[in-house]
Amino acid sequence: MEAEAARAIGAGIACLGMGGAGIGVGTIFGNYLAGALRNPSAADGQFGRLIFGFAVTEALGIFSLLVALLLLFT
Amino acid sequence: MANDPIHQFHIAKWIPIEIGGLDFSFTNSSAFMVATAVSAGAFLYLTTSSRGLVPSRLQSVSEMSYEFIANMLREAAGTSGMKFFPFVFSLFMFVLVANAIGLFPYFFTVTSHIIVTFALAMLVIGTVVVYGLWKHGLHFFKLFVPQGVPVFLIPLVAAIEVISFLSRPVSLSVRLFANMLAGHITLKVFAGFVTSLSAFGAVGWAGAILPLIMTVAITALEFLVAFLQAYVFAILTCMYLNDALHPSH
Repeated sequence: MEAEAARAIGAGIACLGMGGAGIGVGTIFGNYLAGALRNPSAADGQFGRLIFGFAVTEALGIFSLLVALLLLFT
Repeated sequence: MANDPIHQFHIAKWIPIEIGGLDFSFTNSSAFMVATAVSAGAFLYLTTSSRGLVPSRLQSVSEMSYEFIANMLREAAGTSGMKFFPFVFSLFMFVLVANAIGLFPYFFTVTSHIIVTFALAMLVIGTVVVYGLWKHGLHFFKLFVPQGVPVFLIPLVAAIEVISFLSRPVSLSVRLFANMLAGHITLKVFAGFVTSLSAFGAVGWAGAILPLIMTVAITALEFLVAFLQAYVFAILTCMYLNDALHPSH
């Protein structure tokens, strides 16, 4: 197999990692919404933690995107 | 004119300077770092120079950003952590303004290079380690032994804790770098679709509206990501500084 083809296939496989990140982000926001519907007055106080948790989880998805981009472009 | 998504990250030497065989050129990256520092500093200084007791609109922007970071640092690291406030505030403002400046057309995103974000992350972790060792001596290593662990598990748990501590600068730097890189590549890819669709004549022009709308939407998303990544960088810095100030789980 040529190196170029192997890189393209590798980049495609690397993108599968973002599925896990999507599940993680959805879990965080889903739990926040479930908690916010039970206790709306406490929801705004936790917004900062929500955004922080989202960003740290998203980072893992971006790491896998980074691997894909590295394979494609270098 | 370059029309692939990678050309935007190219480092161009504006003033080549060589000292003793080492390259100290003033590049486009350096120029935008200077622009970031000057614009952030000038904004904060000029908006607060009138020192109104009832703040004007721009003065309250500066005051709100000050309070935002001060509250974040006080909450994460306690009142003894406030000595790091200038460091955390400068870090936050630099990352925020550098991320935001990169979103204007033809401007260079300083934080889209791993060496820049790695330097910032090593600055943070270096401060944590040096301050922790200077203040607490060898008790700093209590950080790696959590409370209530059975004695026979301590070597394993300590090894895992050390590895997770060493991964901090890596994750801190790669998170910011990869977010900026991926966002800008996505933006340029959609922008490229606009031009490649409009090559198909009148029907192409009509169809090219869609990637144009996506480009606008992604630019809006990138402004949010710029702020979010600066916030996450700052809040993780506050948490790591808390580990240096109060090293015990």
